[in-house]
Amino acid sequence: MNHPDNPTRSIRRFKSARFDFASVFFTGLTGFATLLILAILGVILLNILINGWPGVSWRFISTIPKKDFFDPESTGVLPMIVGTTIRVIVMTIFVVPIGVITAIYLAEYAPGMSLVTRVIRGAVNNLAGVPSIVFGLFGLGFFINFIGRNLDALMQNPGPVWGKPALLWAALTLAVMTLPVVIVATEEALRAVPTGVREGSLALGATKLQTIVRVVLPQALPGILTGAILAVSRAGGEVAPILFTGVAYYMADLPKRLTDQFMDLGYHVFVLSTQSPNIEQTRPVLYATVLVLLLLTFALNFTAVFIRARMRRKMRMAG
Amino acid sequence: MQNQSGPAKHTCGWTGICRKHTSRPVEWLAEKTILLVSLSAVVVILLIFIFVGREAAPIFLGQMNSALVQDVIQPADIDKYSPEQLRRYLGLTRKQFAAMDRDTLVALLEVRLEAQTEIPESIRSDKDARLNTTHWRYMLLPYQWTGYDKPVYIWQPIGYIPKYNIVPLVVGSLKITLVGLLFAVPLAVGAAIYVSQLAPPAVREIAKPAIELLSGIPSVVIGFFALLVMASVLQAIFQYETRLNAFVAGIALGFAVIPIVFSIAEDALSTVPQSYVQAALALGASKWQTAWQIVLPAALPGVFAAVVLGFGRAIGETMIVMMVCSASVMSWSIFDSARAITTTIAAEMAEAVAGGHHYRVLFMLGTLLFVVTFVSNMIGDAVMHRLKRRLEGKQ
Repeated sequence: MNHPDNPTRSIRRFKSARFDFASVFFTGLTGFATLLILAILGVILLNILINGWPGVSWRFISTIPKKDFFDPESTGVLPMIVGTTIRVIVMTIFVVPIGVITAIYLAEYAPGMSLVTRVIRGAVNNLAGVPSIVFGLFGLGFFINFIGRNLDALMQNPGPVWGKPALLWAALTLAVMTLPVVIVATEEALRAVPTGVREGSLALGATKLQTIVRVVLPQALPGILTGAILAVSRAGGEVAPILFTGVAYYMADLPKRLTDQFMDLGYHVFVLSTQSPNIEQTRPVLYATVLVLLLLTFALNFTAVFIRARMRRKMRMAG
Repeated sequence: MQNQSGPAKHTCGWTGICRKHTSRPVEWLAEKTILLVSLSAVVVILLIFIFVGREAAPIFLGQMNSALVQDVIQPADIDKYSPEQLRRYLGLTRKQFAAMDRDTLVALLEVRLEAQTEIPESIRSDKDARLNTTHWRYMLLPYQWTGYDKPVYIWQPIGYIPKYNIVPLVVGSLKITLVGLLFAVPLAVGAAIYVSQLAPPAVREIAKPAIELLSGIPSVVIGFFALLVMASVLQAIFQYETRLNAFVAGIALGFAVIPIVFSIAEDALSTVPQSYVQAALALGASKWQTAWQIVLPAALPGVFAAVVLGFGRAIGETMIVMMVCSASVMSWSIFDSARAITTTIAAEMAEAVAGGHHYRVLFMLGTLLFVVTFVSNMIGDAVMHRLKRRLEGKQ
């Protein structure tokens, strides 16, 4: 027998194994794994589309439901769509500027391997992995119990105005959660801008700040947009962080102030599927609500993924 | 850029303004502002640690007492105790205590006394009524409660005597996570090998964004799908008794973990230099042999990182697990129901009294979860970072 370290042995094995069974089998197996994942995706989407489509109508989308929202005849999802949309918009206002500035620091200013850079990077990566329920606890402990209560004490409100679950606190909690999404996407976009462009601008006498604001950022705009879209779609479907920070089981009116509670599409899906007195009767409403939620978050995700794929291709060509 | 000022850099000091070349205050201000803003991610991590930990601190420090029957201070005896003792006894903060006059304190003592006298005698005589169940001994070790014939692990926060044993929750979380990983990791790593090494470019262009799209499905939707469709299908296939159990939750959890493991593993496999692949192919290896014997071993730490980060995601997932199974049962069988740590926090926070022992225990669970995911993230990132440096030849 050959010694295992003998090089001729491994070379011979490669040659003889050109059309071997193992190669075909394992290529097939990994291909099957890929196919299975795609099939799972397809089955979930098709199942929801087929069962949900009949229930989605203009009336369904534009109705404020009565207290008993399990009834398929009279229910609607207007307050949930409004609630989800507003909380996501407020979140975007907070997260995009902070995220983009952090990414500018990491991509343009940060000295390669310094301690500060490493700490920021580590924090961003870590933040991305914090469980969403912990963000919910954080929102309750920090925004409501600390900031909210102190605001109330400062303004001498008779009852809790800020120190209770509210739209603003839910949006801020989500902003904290989606910060890494925006940072990572924006940094990738900034890095995709060729160095030559920056050097050209600097050579023409522009300062670093001018170069970033007028040359790099406009070029990276699609990528930054992708980051914002990804953050919105991630936050749109998240329920755990808002459970204690602002969502309401039922509200008769649409939210009017940032201190109001709100109804939410994702939470509504949870309520419909776990609290329904008669699941068979609720099923059409449930499917329709899920479809509306998916359409909202997925349309966004779809765009982001494709902008991203195009950007990566461009980057590969440039690099 | 600042290249021309290279040697003079040391004389600039922390402000970065050098006397030698024209100082640009706006530039300097912008750079420092950007640095300050970009520290927000670090600040947030610290704030999470402080404010989640703060709510849980009394549990860690052993200052909480959840005993049902406690020694009472008679309102008439108010002068016999020091202010500090009274404050501790009433569970007030220093600020609250300072704002109260004597009459209010007496009234509070009376309320306390009344609450104690209202406890029915049958429960008062229970041997467990004087136990502080938030002590770590009752949270981690089995205990023989009244009415049980042997020591048990039990989580039962509602009732006269709250039982806060966290072992069933930890077991529940691990059980579901394990099923999820066993399902997700082989599929995701297989798909990553296929997509990054074996697939024709056209397939890759479609498969990769599509699998990334799977991560865009909100977890409530996966939970809903598992609850309404998958649970029945899986029960029909595997013929087990409980329809909603840890197995269904684990598989559904796998759907959420697949995209994470896939994209990190794929990333690691793609980082392996093309020269390795070309060399192997030139030696006559087939594509599969190259992938299995050259690329995978080189990227193995990355695959490990993918699994670790997938674990972090799985153990922190809330909605899927909450919708599919939530009954707290102490059992290692995957076909029994289970209650995860995340589910417990999400489901019970609404009914917990703010500042009470149940509330604090839930925050303690949150801190535990945060620490576990923090550590797994650190490990995953460190491994990935080292791998990339090694493969890119920057040793």
